[in-house]
Amino acid sequence: MHARADAPSETAASWPEEIFAILQRFDVRQVPYVPDAGHSLLIQRVLGSSTMRGVSLTTEEEGVALLAGAWAGGQRGALLMQSSGVGNCINMLSLTQIFRFPFLTLVTMRGEWGEFNPWQVPMGSSTQAVFELSGIRVLRASHPEEVGEVVEAGAMQAYNACTPTAVLLSQRLIGTKVFTK
Amino acid sequence: MSKANLLDRRAVVSGLLANRKDAIVVGGLGASTYDMAAAGDHDRNFYLWGAMGGAVMIGLGLALAQPKLPVVVITGDGEMLMGMGSLATVGLQKPANLTIVVLDNEAYGETGGQVSHTAAAADLVGVAKACGIGHVSAMTTMAEVEAFAPALQDVTSGPRFASVKIDGANLERVLSSRDANFIVNRIRGSLGFEPI
Repeated sequence: MHARADAPSETAASWPEEIFAILQRFDVRQVPYVPDAGHSLLIQRVLGSSTMRGVSLTTEEEGVALLAGAWAGGQRGALLMQSSGVGNCINMLSLTQIFRFPFLTLVTMRGEWGEFNPWQVPMGSSTQAVFELSGIRVLRASHPEEVGEVVEAGAMQAYNACTPTAVLLSQRLIGTKVFTK
Repeated sequence: MSKANLLDRRAVVSGLLANRKDAIVVGGLGASTYDMAAAGDHDRNFYLWGAMGGAVMIGLGLALAQPKLPVVVITGDGEMLMGMGSLATVGLQKPANLTIVVLDNEAYGETGGQVSHTAAAADLVGVAKACGIGHVSAMTTMAEVEAFAPALQDVTSGPRFASVKIDGANLERVLSSRDANFIVNRIRGSLGFEPI
């Protein structure tokens, strides 16, 4: 088990770069996000990209609606959020079923694997079930070396088969957040 | 909440869309979608029958994807109140081709006319302005609506936000298609995109 800090510079992992490269390869153009420490490197890369538009949201459900509009306008997108945001999306996720648009979300997990903060546990525990009840296929990556292939598979089924897909990035992968006084 | 001389919502929407040209128009859940249908079906009408609170964000996704085309969101005060945070998101992204029009009857007409927050307290124009949307307007006359309509075509100086006070009449529903796949693929087709 390893720990993480909130600052992105302390994460030397290469998997955020792999995810960025996959999103580029699949011609993802709109990347709505609610910030999370686990996604901070990827968000930095998106905001520095000339082909992607990072869209900071006030709540995660905005991102689901944004991606429906993006698809109607001919662009692909991917929603970045933390597990606690998944519950905020539930009604808006109905868009992924009725439009059958290529919905991909990458979710950093909290509330598992050595969690310190009990407030993260209820939503983290139900994240996968919420997605599945909402008609979203769920894939999960728990180790750095598998992130690339799992995200790639998720992107393929989302964009090629219009199969709404969530990739959960385990807290084990990201590292347990350490709280110190 | 009742005031004299409030506008007829169908006249407002017909007036706004009479010369829409290539614009893509998103209609919020409820009466706004019926108003759009009443103004005339169109390949680029994005009708919403659900996803309350999502109309502005769907418009933003379209506006970012098609920056050279006018994108117009027409929605009600209740739908706008549910997605008020999206005004902050639009204020940050500043899509120059996006216009948001709220048809404000100060009530939830679709569910029995319960009063909404705009009847007594909430000022959506003020919210939009405070969120960084530069061009905001509050309209109460058809002359103002008609003078505003050409601005929908302007894809260089948005985003714009307008509130139009309308009367609370519950008009006969004019039903648009509610098949989301049809609606979205028709828009994509009109933009030159093929089905997968």
